[in-house]
Amino acid sequence: MRMVLFLINNVNRSLPEDLMNQLGFKPFKSTTIDSTVVARTPHKVAISTGNDKVLNSIKEVVENNVADGMTISFHHHFREGDFVFNLVMQTIIDAGIKDLTLAPSSLTNVMNDMVVKAIEAGTVTNITSSGMRGTLGDAVSHGALANPVIFRSHGGRARAIEQGDIKIDVAFLGVPNSDRLGNANGMDGEAVFGSLGYALMDAQYADKVVLLTDNIVSYPNTPASIKQTQVDYVVKIDKVGDPDKIGSGATRFTKDPKELKIASTVNDVITNSAYFKDGFSFQTGSGGAALAVTRYLRESMKQNDIRASFALGGITKPMIDLLEEGLVDKIMDVQDFDKGAAESMHTSKNQQEIDASWYADPYNKGAMVDQLDVVILSALEIDTKFNVNVMTGSDGVIRGAVGGHQDAATAKLTIISAPLVRGRIATVVPAVSTVVTPGDSIDVLVTEVGIAINPKRQDLIAAMKKVPSVPVFSIEELEQRASKIVGTPKPIEFTERTVALVEYRDGTIIDAIKEVKD
Amino acid sequence: MEIENTAMAGTLESSDIQIMIGKGTDGIKIQLDSDVKKEFGEQIENVIRQTLLANHIDTANVKAVDKGALDCVIKARTLAVANRALGIADKPSWEVL
Repeated sequence: MRMVLFLINNVNRSLPEDLMNQLGFKPFKSTTIDSTVVARTPHKVAISTGNDKVLNSIKEVVENNVADGMTISFHHHFREGDFVFNLVMQTIIDAGIKDLTLAPSSLTNVMNDMVVKAIEAGTVTNITSSGMRGTLGDAVSHGALANPVIFRSHGGRARAIEQGDIKIDVAFLGVPNSDRLGNANGMDGEAVFGSLGYALMDAQYADKVVLLTDNIVSYPNTPASIKQTQVDYVVKIDKVGDPDKIGSGATRFTKDPKELKIASTVNDVITNSAYFKDGFSFQTGSGGAALAVTRYLRESMKQNDIRASFALGGITKPMIDLLEEGLVDKIMDVQDFDKGAAESMHTSKNQQEIDASWYADPYNKGAMVDQLDVVILSALEIDTKFNVNVMTGSDGVIRGAVGGHQDAATAKLTIISAPLVRGRIATVVPAVSTVVTPGDSIDVLVTEVGIAINPKRQDLIAAMKKVPSVPVFSIEELEQRASKIVGTPKPIEFTERTVALVEYRDGTIIDAIKEVKD
Repeated sequence: MEIENTAMAGTLESSDIQIMIGKGTDGIKIQLDSDVKKEFGEQIENVIRQTLLANHIDTANVKAVDKGALDCVIKARTLAVANRALGIADKPSWEVL
């Protein structure tokens, strides 16, 4: 057998040298983004002066525009309520097209079986995505795809599209409304999802843009997030999505005492840091603890008469409540996690739709994440170097997504909120199975027993020492505490084969994911 | 000791383990179903086996459905199922605890 040679990157991960060279990748070096000048990739424009782009057949669009070897893309704003992806992929499989690169903003569970089918049919031979889960993650982790999947953050994908690392031939973008020439938004219609943030990249850079909608409205349609200047075809279909599955309906606050304890500690860390002052900015996720943080933060902001200049990222109804109460001046909205957030975009001029580049791209003239003070992020695993894994489970199988994790972690105060253990799985571990976000970006880990602060943040260590309600441990102490509870797991066995590469937001490779052996 | 009855202990709630035990023919046979089998399968089986042996059961068929239970929970559920199987749940053998 031939020896596989490895490169070691700056978070001490082995990367397969052959594959790295073959794909033209460089190993991860640092979280610092150098000031430099980059070129944007050109894209083709098929000139149109006609007054109607509406077609009734996906088949016709596929047959006339998709060919073997192309790169096709989708967005994931419909999440688990998406009907568009499966409809289009099935048509492409039926057309017998082979060797496609699938480059969606992410893949949700409802798409899993169709992607597996497309891989088996030879229709899809390359994938780049923010993440994958379920049957698809399982299949890829067991070597279903010949070529490695490239995982990219939301900001990283925007960069890759702008630079031409992802060169989209045809983008299939589902929208809840469009006029006959392709002016569309995510706010009106049956299946509304609010911000079109991730899809705006595809609309701007794909050679061909195909909108799919169940709702053709009169011309001209405003506000237009996607514009007629970008769109080649508008295809009328029966239903683009299931509104009930796009987002959770009413967001309920967690009653889990562990999550509440973590959330209140996160709030203590924020409010006792130097960043908690009038005009600060923050981003929270959509998990139970993150939503509870929003509630605690609201109280603290009212008590201290502090207002935030903006909230960023994936938006939920509790965030909109802060906006309406005047506690947050602006919401910079790349996607909406629930109906309340999606619907309010329509009525509130202070809820600004932003594209993935504006949100998080490291290679533009200034992204929102660069201005971010405080972010609360989750973790499947975090190790004693503060490296975070949000991609592979404790069994080594792919079941997660980079999302905006790497991007938002560049905030001035990056907090990971996570329980010490989940069932029998430790969250704080000696070494994460996959490094997604480098420890260099992480400042504080908050668990239900206490917090650990990155030693490079002596200022935070000094500040938190003065807070009696927040017990401070070293990360090693928390790791030992977790391992004492759950015991020592048997190491996962992998083969030599690389099934996926994880890019850092600047396009360097931060880790390689191996095929699991069972 | 001889197993008198087929017995069961535990639930399928997360962080619990449900254990069923019946008469066996050839040593302690354990059929384990667990989401963490890869990482902790041997450890879980070991705790069940040691707990049964401590209760003087060396022949049994065990079926365990684990939902991420910690060792202390596995031990407690095994003890309960052993006492039920031996028909001594009313007067557990305290000395082996």
